[in-house]
Amino acid sequence: MCKSVGFLVAVSCFGQGRPASAELIQKLDITVFADGRGLPVGTGTAAAGRAIYKSKCAVCHNDNGEGREKQYPALVGGIGTLATERPVKRVGSFWPYATTVFDYIRRSMPFDHPRTLGVDEVYAVTAFVLHLNGIVAEGFELNERNLAAVKMPNRDGFVPDQRPDVKAKR
Amino acid sequence: MKNRRRFLVFGAGVLAACKKAPDSESGAHMRVYGERAPGETSARWILELSASPGTGSSRTPLADLYGTITPTSLHYERHHSGVPAIEASKHELVIHGLVEKPLVFTMEELRKFPSFSRIYFMECGGNTMGEQRGNTQPDVQRSHGLLSGAEWTGVPLREVLKAVGVKPEAKWMIAEGADAGRMARSIPIEKVMDDALLAYGQNGEALRPEQGYPLRLFLPGWEGNTCVKWLHRLQFADAPAYSAKETAYYTELGKDGKAQIFTFVMEARSVITRPSGLQKIAPGFHEITGLAWTGKGRITKVEVSVDGGKTWAEAELQQPVLPLALVRFRYPWTWDGKEAVIQSRCTDETGFLQATHEELVAVRGSNSGYHYNAIKPWRVRADGMVTHV
Repeated sequence: MCKSVGFLVAVSCFGQGRPASAELIQKLDITVFADGRGLPVGTGTAAAGRAIYKSKCAVCHNDNGEGREKQYPALVGGIGTLATERPVKRVGSFWPYATTVFDYIRRSMPFDHPRTLGVDEVYAVTAFVLHLNGIVAEGFELNERNLAAVKMPNRDGFVPDQRPDVKAKR
Repeated sequence: MKNRRRFLVFGAGVLAACKKAPDSESGAHMRVYGERAPGETSARWILELSASPGTGSSRTPLADLYGTITPTSLHYERHHSGVPAIEASKHELVIHGLVEKPLVFTMEELRKFPSFSRIYFMECGGNTMGEQRGNTQPDVQRSHGLLSGAEWTGVPLREVLKAVGVKPEAKWMIAEGADAGRMARSIPIEKVMDDALLAYGQNGEALRPEQGYPLRLFLPGWEGNTCVKWLHRLQFADAPAYSAKETAYYTELGKDGKAQIFTFVMEARSVITRPSGLQKIAPGFHEITGLAWTGKGRITKVEVSVDGGKTWAEAELQQPVLPLALVRFRYPWTWDGKEAVIQSRCTDETGFLQATHEELVAVRGSNSGYHYNAIKPWRVRADGMVTHV
């Protein structure tokens, strides 16, 4: 479908959108890639993140990332449990990239007021969450140059789609 | 448990919608926008996962429905940061990244492209997640209700992309919604250029807010989470973003502690919707009916067993059998009043045969969660009550 000459004419007649300016793209583009592309210039430590976390995150995730009830996910624990009967999937035990932690905090947190943290605050809270998981030291200065190099414990824990894997007997 | 909210919501507004009938036998006035009969109360089952509104899921009452189209008001939902209020006239789609010409489209411009409509199923990647661990739900709405079927209308994404010119080095497209959490998923370029749809219509009218109004991505046969709602940004890139929803969630942890990632396709599956959990039947004739679907094309066969899986007989498939759509199956059954276990299994055009729970768990273990697609048996007790097994 839509392969006729008529379609091509229609596209040119009906307009094709307008150019997206560099300013507009910069305003909207919040993707951070696993190699660090997309990270904004900034810096923060777990020590600085502790206070921000306490005032803006602890209400849901609890004082030390232990979570509250099922719907407010815990952020810590679980390292070494993935191959057991009761795996515990948390930031430190399961998330493969530290860039994802930064990206998710920046785009989606705090849950009721996302994208209200400044860039340095996002680095600081990211550092604090990584620190709670024993991944960076409290004074470690996280920034756009070193975040992607932070090695998460489960970095190599993912494999591509293995399906069809289950073979039913007829 | 103080923060958990479980709502069982019945058809709100059913009573409110009818104008008072005149004092005659000629009936009620017409309505500019229709409502069902007041006695019809089938409703979604809502599970809110957060104190923030609209975050969680609502499940389709599969046991109540006929045919293969889910009424839009009963289509399942899964929201990760609530339902945003968006005006179509102010909504724009930005396409950028590895493209020749980054562009912004208004909804009006997107609707000017030649339109495309198809009937497709959509299923949440986490549908029936509890079944794998034995946390079986009492009825088919709660166990399998993150599944619906609808006619979707929009413009094929590849047609819009002709205007931007995707560069050859682009291997992924990151799709982002305008919900509060800016939910994002990375989609392989092959799917983008195959049958990805920019959908603005569902079942003949504009999308409802809960379905992504005014624009959502629709990826036929793929897990619902990839069909990003309130779509406002498409970014082409040489790598996936490894967003939270494609790493921490929607990945399947195996027995060896390794998790499968980028598992998009919904494999073939079927379930009996009547008789099913919490229903009560009397001895005599019953039509066993249910749904089958596959993200890999067409369902070719559905078989029903009424003896706990010892023997199987072929069910009738409602025609036409559409690819990537719900398929209604029917099987006539006379119940003799003795306890029975009834179940269905399907085969799709790839030759895939739906497996038993035991066969699935033997391979995947109990912790993969997403994409569980095993056979669902229902027990019909001697008193006629239908329960899970």
